[in-house]
Amino acid sequence: MSAHSTAIGVSSKRGVWGGGNEPLKASYGKLMMWFFLLSDIFTFAAFLISYLAIRVSYPAYAGPADSFVGSNEYWPIPELVFEAVPFLHGVHAPLVFVGIMTFILISSSVTMVLAVEAGHRNDRNDVVKWMLWTMVGGITFLGCQAWEWSHFIHGTDGGSVLTYINSLNREVTETVFGANLTVNEYGPAAFAQLFFFITGFHGFHVTIGVVLLFLCFYQAAVGVYDKRGHYEMVEKIGLYWHFVDLVWVFVFTLFYLI
Amino acid sequence: MEIQENKSTLEVIPRNNEKIKKIWKTAGILLAITVAEFIMAFTMDRGLLLYFLFIALTIWKAKYIMMEFMHLGDEVKPLFYSIIVPLIFLVWLVIALVKEGTDIFMMRW
Repeated sequence: MSAHSTAIGVSSKRGVWGGGNEPLKASYGKLMMWFFLLSDIFTFAAFLISYLAIRVSYPAYAGPADSFVGSNEYWPIPELVFEAVPFLHGVHAPLVFVGIMTFILISSSVTMVLAVEAGHRNDRNDVVKWMLWTMVGGITFLGCQAWEWSHFIHGTDGGSVLTYINSLNREVTETVFGANLTVNEYGPAAFAQLFFFITGFHGFHVTIGVVLLFLCFYQAAVGVYDKRGHYEMVEKIGLYWHFVDLVWVFVFTLFYLI
Repeated sequence: MEIQENKSTLEVIPRNNEKIKKIWKTAGILLAITVAEFIMAFTMDRGLLLYFLFIALTIWKAKYIMMEFMHLGDEVKPLFYSIIVPLIFLVWLVIALVKEGTDIFMMRW
């Protein structure tokens, strides 16, 4: 970097076309992480915008909220679907659990940025401490999501009476509990399909993120980055982890609020 | 070769409390926006205005995460724009697919 004499980082020895210039002033690893994240933004955006498109192709539930029943004729109100909290069976607590999950993920993003900041200062103890907290946050979030999925799949006590075409291609009318890819008690089949697909893909990213966090935590703890002379890996893993948080912000709005 | 102790050879720079304060401030803003979204979900009527506000607040949050947490704002301009400008395509995707969705709605119901 110090060899660069001009603002756009042209090497004074070799000129513009001589090679060895760093016009973007970022390392190879960081650049590639950014471009990977850009491609991942497009993947998630495609999913979420498809969700939006499928959602507006169904009628919305129009009646009063307290007389809501699940039906595959209209799209459900999310706060009436996601209203359960662990250990509080039967208590109507709309969006409370998902609010806790959001809080956990944002907090883990904060501890991650503190780890990155510690990495800039070559402070191994702080890096290890904040990476550990970030991992705790990530694992807690995954646990919460596992519970959320389990509840979504098993359903409520009452279920909903639906008329639908079953896997044997027959039209049946029966009480449906929970959700699978064919039918669910909350809304049209596409509602559960999109829920599984999008939150599942996000959860998969979080899982990968926790693995990366652990590897980075371990390497920092045993002093690999000290020997290497810099803590840039913490920064790269941090970019990925913030991206996971970024996606969740959009999933939260589109799935749970709108 | 001498026996290496597992001890840092790098110089540890002391904490810059101002930077850390800024991180916590950003975290506070993110939490405050989320709490505001929560309150709005239960106090306002469902409709286009509410959806518009939700999406605007979400993009606002995304801006904070990308600029402050991912330090995109501190990168050089060419890198910044090479990440931000391609996202313009998404604007068109939203318009196209929402139109598509409403047309399917008209055909079905």
